Amino acid sequence: MLTIPCPHCGPRDQIEFRSGGEGDRPRPADPSVLDDADWAEHLFLRRNTRGPHRERWNHAAGCGKWFTLTRDTHSHRFVP
Amino acid sequence: MRVQQGGARIDRSRTIFFTFDGKRLSGHPGDTLASALLANNIHFVGRSFKYHRPRGIVSAGAEEPNALVTVGEGAWVEPNARATTVELYDGLVARSQNAWPSLDFDFGALTGVASRFFPAGFYYKTFLGSAQRWTKLYEPFIRRMAGLGPAPTAPDPECYDKMHAHCETLVIGGGDAGRAAAQAAIADGRVILIDELAPIEPLKGVRILSRTTAFGRYDDNLVMAVERLTDHLSPGQRSGPRQRLWQIRAERIVLATGAHQQPIVFPNNDLPGVMLASAALTYLRDFGVLVGQRIVFVGNAEGADEFRAAGAEVTLLDRAASAHGGKCVSAVTTPDGRRLACDALLMGGNWQPAAHLHAHVGGKLRFDETRHCFVPVPHEGSPTMVGACAGDIPVVAPVPPVVGPKAFIDYQNDVTIADIDLATREGFVSVEHLKRYTTTGMATDQGKLSNLNALRRLADNVAAQCEVVGTTTFRPPYTPVTFGALAGHDRDLLIDPARHTPMHDWHVANGARFEDVGQWKRPWYFPQAEEDMHTAVQRECRAVRNSVGMLDASTLGKIDIQGPDAAAFLNLIYTNAWLKLGIGRARYGVMCREDGMVFDDGVTVRTGEQRFIMFTTTGNAARVLEHMEDYLQTEWPHLQVWLTTVTEHWAAAVVTGPHARDLLATVVEGTDLSRDAFPHLSMREGTVAGHAVRLYRISFTGELSYEVHTDARHGAAVWEALFEAGKPFGVTPYGTEAMHVLRAEKGYLIIGQETDGTVTPDDLGLSWAVAANKPDFIGKRSLARAEMSRADRKQLVGLLPDAPVPEGAQITASANDTAMLGHVTSSYWSPTRDVPFALALVAGGRAKIGATIHARFDGKAVRCAIVDPMFHDSEGGRIDG
Repeated sequence: MLTIPCPHCGPRDQIEFRSGGEGDRPRPADPSVLDDADWAEHLFLRRNTRGPHRERWNHAAGCGKWFTLTRDTHSHRFVP
Repeated sequence: MRVQQGGARIDRSRTIFFTFDGKRLSGHPGDTLASALLANNIHFVGRSFKYHRPRGIVSAGAEEPNALVTVGEGAWVEPNARATTVELYDGLVARSQNAWPSLDFDFGALTGVASRFFPAGFYYKTFLGSAQRWTKLYEPFIRRMAGLGPAPTAPDPECYDKMHAHCETLVIGGGDAGRAAAQAAIADGRVILIDELAPIEPLKGVRILSRTTAFGRYDDNLVMAVERLTDHLSPGQRSGPRQRLWQIRAERIVLATGAHQQPIVFPNNDLPGVMLASAALTYLRDFGVLVGQRIVFVGNAEGADEFRAAGAEVTLLDRAASAHGGKCVSAVTTPDGRRLACDALLMGGNWQPAAHLHAHVGGKLRFDETRHCFVPVPHEGSPTMVGACAGDIPVVAPVPPVVGPKAFIDYQNDVTIADIDLATREGFVSVEHLKRYTTTGMATDQGKLSNLNALRRLADNVAAQCEVVGTTTFRPPYTPVTFGALAGHDRDLLIDPARHTPMHDWHVANGARFEDVGQWKRPWYFPQAEEDMHTAVQRECRAVRNSVGMLDASTLGKIDIQGPDAAAFLNLIYTNAWLKLGIGRARYGVMCREDGMVFDDGVTVRTGEQRFIMFTTTGNAARVLEHMEDYLQTEWPHLQVWLTTVTEHWAAAVVTGPHARDLLATVVEGTDLSRDAFPHLSMREGTVAGHAVRLYRISFTGELSYEVHTDARHGAAVWEALFEAGKPFGVTPYGTEAMHVLRAEKGYLIIGQETDGTVTPDDLGLSWAVAANKPDFIGKRSLARAEMSRADRKQLVGLLPDAPVPEGAQITASANDTAMLGHVTSSYWSPTRDVPFALALVAGGRAKIGATIHARFDGKAVRCAIVDPMFHDSEGGRIDG
């Protein structure tokens, strides 16, 4: 079980968090201008990175805040 | 036998008694079950897993593969306890395992005679054929013959505890190296020392957890350990939890877990009386027990003089060609063919560091050619290894194996060196394949005394270095952990909290049968006298259609939505339009995920210019809140909106039926209930029995309907006042089952029943609730895909079947067609029409209304007419009363 550094509460056990998948993938400002392929890319395709990976976490059983961290998916270490 | 020398761990001044297979024996406080058995000259304590061969005590610790016994009686029985770690107490009852009818005469030992027919991969080569042959013939046979001690059948009467701890330094292992490491770490902050044995001498400034095994290391320096609190006491003296599960987070971990001496491979090396030399020395030094009087050492002979001093006749051999004996070793043959009589044969093998906790989180090992074992390789962030665990072990030359019959590599799984050689010949030359094919290292001891010998043999067979062959993966737990310790207090009623509405006691008093909806206990139906469920539900439905009924709807999810941008936010969350909803007005809304699939539905009410209350599906309340919170925080942080869950703040009673208004008129004060003053989909305030209420005209039955919401503290009082007022109208409480039937007759959907994450609003006939002219909403872009408007998508329709059909029945065009067109989502008996009816998702269903299809289940086909999903009051006039 990871220790996740919540930016609002400090380090807490993983059990308090919900994972939100890959981060830094903002919803397009106007989805209607995207063609089907680009929309599918946004909606479904993820990188499956080995190494530093931006990922979303929600401190669901704590402050309730969403935040994005970088974690090395190989070593499981959070990178500042 | 007990001797005068040694005995540091025992109290010779007291004698305690125990039984083994019914025989009464004595020992001293501080003994383990194994040391006490050896003190009574008992080596033979069990039979092996596969061949039922006699087995004895091999080790003096947690690595023991053979001496597995059942300890305790009745509900307290614990199978597969390692006799080498069971602390003796007065009255302990232990039994041998895997022998029938008795340890001395065991029927299953015949498999040992036939063992040349049970080689490695025997299961894969023999138990072939149909699945039925496996379940009916092979599996029962294997389960009877193999397997270890039987599991207890009674519920565990003990309780178990859990504890979390944090420290700067966690030291695992209470030997000299561990104590020194703990001492040195005191200046750096909190120190916890974990030790497997009975309490050791305290260390000032160190918290010592005795009788505790660290069984797993996980990411970020989390260590799981189990503390045995009462296992060492007589049942009569036990109180409090039996074991405690520790979850310890440490800044630094020091492993002082020692090393395990390895057995030597030669024929009959599994006979009782053949044991590790270091274990025999431990029995002499710690317990004052001499394991034999004519002792032969093979290989390293450390401590030989101590055995001589204790009175034993000791012979040293470099190698053994074979051991001999029946139920205990009686002789050994030397490589040059001499036969020496003996009653204990000590294996002086080389040592393997116990680096399991290092390896659990991917720590690497390398083969050390000098010490002939795998040693841990520290890396950044890994634990610090000290003492024997770090490789500080005696350098002992390995004794080459002697190939021959019954030369065992893995005692617990009965794997011989011949099995390893066979596997190599058959091409299983990867260490992971070797393990799975022969099962070496896969028993409950996880190969602590077999992996090294197996790997070395494999390396020899393929002429490779041990380093290249490598090891299999180490996984927790280091030693078996009882399920009780893992579950802790989370069992029985505490396994999941139950949520009760404020009216729960009334429902119980009125005979409700309950249904679990998430964690909620909801009234399912209210049977009268001898009514069965069908009769009760039909009666409840008719009461709603003909007079008036009441439903507890308190479990509906309720989310308070406030802020200047609340309406704009709802306009993005829901598929339909929300900007122009008037204050005091309500609207049905459909919520999609970004992929365009329906996620939730419900009614939201505008209670003020900048305030709404949203009602969600009971089981979806938390998910809807999370979904909205995610968008607010991450995608639209510029919107000023605040969300609060108020599900449990409000109690809700549904009053529905042609007499609903008449009922409320007698009990609601301060509200004009007339049809024009209080229209459908609007909200009014009032009082009931002196308590403020909110009244919503929302109908999930198709009848004139009011939801009466009040502060949860007054929920029971308001419910009872409403029920009392309804008596002249024959008011009938109804439960979730009648609610389902009534809504299905109107074609109203239930999320999770009509939907499964692949259903769009249009599939459900809800395109009227999708505002295509809005610039954006969640799901809009996905719904614009051509795929989403294909005419052959599965669409919600009604079915009138010739006979009742089960939910989940598959839909086909004809009675023997195999192409699946959809499935039945809801199926009930209509109280209004007195016929079976159903809702179904059918490919191109709306265009097929009027056609006939078949519902298929259990080999049957029932003819169904496809109809509009509306079985009652299609004009909708009843909703206004």
